[in-house]
Amino acid sequence: MKLITHNMLTSKCMKGVTVGYPLKIQAVDVKTTEVDFNPEFISRLIPKVDWNVLCSAAESIGYLEDLPKEVTENYENNVDFLKKAHRVLLEIDIINGELICPETGRKFPINNGIPNMLLNEDEV
Amino acid sequence: MRFLEVFFMDDTFQTFSYLPFKGTVNLNNPDTHLLYLEYYGIDSNDPPSEPYYVFFGRWITSGFRQLIRELSLKTRKFIGNTSMDPQLSLLMANQAQVKLGDLVLDPFVGSGSLLVAVAYFGGYVVGSDIDYLMLHGKSRPSRIKQKKREENESIKANMEQYSLQDKYIDVLINDFATSFWRDDIKFDSIITDPPYGIREATEKVGIHKENYSISEKHLSTHIPAKIQYEFSELYQDLLAFSAKHLRIGGRLVCWFPVFREDYSEEGLPTHECVKLVSNSEQVLSKYTSRRLLTYEKICEPNEENLNSANTIANFRNKYYKARDENRRERRVKEANIREKNRLEALQRQTKLSN
Ligand SMILES: C[S@@+](CC[C@H](N)C(=O)[O-])C[C@H]1O[C@@H](n2cnc3c(N)ncnc32)[C@H](O)[C@@H]1O
Repeated sequence: MKLITHNMLTSKCMKGVTVGYPLKIQAVDVKTTEVDFNPEFISRLIPKVDWNVLCSAAESIGYLEDLPKEVTENYENNVDFLKKAHRVLLEIDIINGELICPETGRKFPINNGIPNMLLNEDEV
Repeated sequence: MRFLEVFFMDDTFQTFSYLPFKGTVNLNNPDTHLLYLEYYGIDSNDPPSEPYYVFFGRWITSGFRQLIRELSLKTRKFIGNTSMDPQLSLLMANQAQVKLGDLVLDPFVGSGSLLVAVAYFGGYVVGSDIDYLMLHGKSRPSRIKQKKREENESIKANMEQYSLQDKYIDVLINDFATSFWRDDIKFDSIITDPPYGIREATEKVGIHKENYSISEKHLSTHIPAKIQYEFSELYQDLLAFSAKHLRIGGRLVCWFPVFREDYSEEGLPTHECVKLVSNSEQVLSKYTSRRLLTYEKICEPNEENLNSANTIANFRNKYYKARDENRRERRVKEANIREKNRLEALQRQTKLSN
């Protein structure tokens, strides 16, 4: 699971959960893979990203690297910034671990890079 | 089709002399391709002496028909029972107008066949499905000759097979009825083949008992119970989800099964915020077909119409009824044939003994 995906997920649909965001990450295996850099895609992605959540997620698994704390103005034309964003959003892959609902502590296992967000029948 | 040499020797060529092209012709490395086509109909055994139509124009780009073979399911690493063939997948991606740098979701992703086509056109892909074994490539193999699935069969492996891994974002195991996407996330398109409950169960996680809970002891190994996910409810959810999670102008492309006799456009699911822009039929049997629907998001939903999609048609009951009738008809037919054969055999016997 990549950090862009983590950024887009909440456990709000669970019974009794009001915000459910951000999910905590417990990473066991993390892999980094090189992904082709497409500045246009990253520019279009950035408005969707909750930047603070991205920073703290990256930090919590030890991959903050030199990601700027804030979105730079005019980022569309800032290749250096886009590359750093690209790195954290797309190249870091959590292979095994858990996502944890911040309100209930419910754990969602990640196996082989695939998070399992299935709820049990008493949780919906 | 007549070939170039013929064309050059032919008088037809001379009839283009009016064109204001003055330079020398360079056939090996042309700057401009001009194409002349004669259409003789589709019956190659009996063509008319003169073509029905002739076409003449400048070549701009080639089609992508070779992709159908390149992406063939026969040579694809990971497939499932309901993998969509490449031609229809490519068509769906085109209907969605997928282009480089789009973010695209398939919420009933299965073996990810639609995402292959999406990624081919430059879309970045995300998928989800309720089936754990499928996403982990551990479900029963779909190829007749294969006893066991290979190690590392997965949607990601397919993307790697076609060198599209850069377009793969993630897949997750998720029941569409309880979506985990952040409220404000927008996709450029949603392209999907929802379950019809025909080749795969239409289910969601849930239970009909009140105040039900699972003890701590059983939790880790518990497999959630599922309840029927009503066909009409599923499409309502899909349209409402699209109204919420598409950008304005973004498209939902999906299949919708129908009972042919009863079909009318009014029976299709609707939602105030998404407009039907295209609707075509693929016939499946005498009684049933599926329609490829393309919707475009025209406005943001408000509190009121957030969940107010409508579906009228109740396809499922009809579908099963039609199928059962079909079977009964066939059985009667077969019984009649057997009876006829038996009588004929009897007659032969009597003839012989006479
Ligand atoms: C017609 S198949 C789609 C096949 C897919 N296009 C492929 O390439 O394999 C429908 C899929 O929906 C999934 N499904 C059924 N009910 C679901 C639900 N409630 N939520 C999410 N996925 C579901 C099934 O597991 C199945 O893989």
